[in-house]
Amino acid sequence: MWRGLQVLLTLAACASLTGVLAAAVLSAAGSPPPSKLAEQLAASLGRSGVENPVTAVLLNFRSYDTLLEIGVLVIAAMAGISLARTRSLEDPELRSADTLLHALLRWFIPLMLLLAAYLLWAGGDRPGGAFQAGAVLAATGVLMRLGGLPMDFVRPGLLLRLGLVLGFAVFLLVAIAGAMAGEAFLAYPPGTAGGLILAIEVVLTLSIGMILLALFVAAPVINEHEPEEGTGS
Amino acid sequence: MSPELVYALAGVGLCGIGVSGFLLLSHLLRRLLAFNLIGSGTFLVLVGLAQHRGVPDPVPQALVLTGIVVAIAATALAVVLIRRYFHLTGRTSLAEDGDGRS
Amino acid sequence: MSWWLDVFLASALLLTAVGVLLSRDLFRAVVMFMAFGLLMALAWVRLRAPDVALAEVAIGAGLTGVLLLDAVSHFQRGKPERSRPEAG
Repeated sequence: MWRGLQVLLTLAACASLTGVLAAAVLSAAGSPPPSKLAEQLAASLGRSGVENPVTAVLLNFRSYDTLLEIGVLVIAAMAGISLARTRSLEDPELRSADTLLHALLRWFIPLMLLLAAYLLWAGGDRPGGAFQAGAVLAATGVLMRLGGLPMDFVRPGLLLRLGLVLGFAVFLLVAIAGAMAGEAFLAYPPGTAGGLILAIEVVLTLSIGMILLALFVAAPVINEHEPEEGTGS
Repeated sequence: MSPELVYALAGVGLCGIGVSGFLLLSHLLRRLLAFNLIGSGTFLVLVGLAQHRGVPDPVPQALVLTGIVVAIAATALAVVLIRRYFHLTGRTSLAEDGDGRS
Repeated sequence: MSWWLDVFLASALLLTAVGVLLSRDLFRAVVMFMAFGLLMALAWVRLRAPDVALAEVAIGAGLTGVLLLDAVSHFQRGKPERSRPEAG
C-alpha cells in the first residue's frame, strides 16, 4: 500500500510538471516573437552557398554546433568501442543461415549505398543532408553485419580509427584554415562556401555512418574467455 | 490554437509521460525508452513552439536534427553499458531497485 | 480536415508512448517504440520539417529499433539460465 501511495505521488508530481510546462508553452505562444531570426535567415540564404535552409543553418550559420556535435559522437564511439568484447567479426554464430536474407542483401546493399549518396548530394537544395545519409550508411552496415558479411573496416585498426576521426578532423581543419586566412574561426572564405560545405558533408557522412555502426557492433558480448552474457560472474 | 501548438502540447505530454516512466520503472531498458520519449517530446516542443505562427523556421529544425543524432549515439552507448552490466551481474535493474524483473 | 488530423496524430503519439512504457513484454515495448518513431516522422511532415522527418525515420525508427531489438533478444536469452540474481 505504501508502494501504491508512492506511485500515486510520483504520478501527481509528473502531472503537475506537465501542467506547468503546458502553461509555459501556451504563454510563450501568446507573447510576440522575441527575435526576427527567420527573416534574417531568408535574407542571407543566398550568400550561404547552399539552397536548403536547414543545411545552410547546420553547416554555415550554426556550424559550431555541428562541429561540437560530431565531437560528441566521436567521444561516444570511443567509449563504446573501448567496451567492446566481440571475439571476432567472422564469428560463425553471427553468420545468418537465412538464404532469403542473403539474396535480399545482394539487392539492398547497392541500392542503400546509392540512396545514401543521393541523400548526401540532395542536401544542398532539397531535404536531405549529411545526417540522413550517414544514418542510411550505418543501416547498410548493420544489415551487412546481421547477414554475417565480413567487414574489415569495423575491426579495430587503422581503417576504423581513420573513419571515426575523419569527419571531426576535416571539419576542424576547415575551421582553423578559415581563421588563419584572416576570417573568423569557422568562416568560409567568400565564394568557396558551397564547395567546402559539400566536402565537409562527405566526410561527416562517412564518420557518422562509421560511428553508429561501431556502436552497434560493440554492443554484444561474445568472448570465449568470459562467461556467456546473462549468467553473472 | 494553431496545429503546431497542438504538437507542442503533445510534446509536453510526452515529457510528462517520459519523466513518470523514468521514475517509476525499474528495468534499465524501459528507463532508456522513457528517456528517449522525453527527448522526442522536447524536440516537438522546440519545433512546434517556434513555428506556431505557421512559418517554417529552419533554425530549430537544424537543432532538432542535431539532437536526434546525438540522442541515438547516447542511446547506443547506454545499450552497450546496460549489456555490460547485465553480463557482469546478471541483473537488468540497478541494485537498489529490486531484482531484475522486466 | 487538417485540424482533426493533427489532433488525431498527437493523441496517437501520446497513446503509443504510454503503450511503450506499459507493455508487459519487452519485445512489444520496443516494437511500439518503433511505431512511435514512425508517428513522430509523420508529425515532422505535418510540421513542415522534411529533413527532420527523414532523419527520424532512418534513426529513430530504424537504427534505434534494431539496436534495442538486438539487446532485448539477448536479455530474453540470458534470463532462463539465471537462477538468482548474484550479489554483483
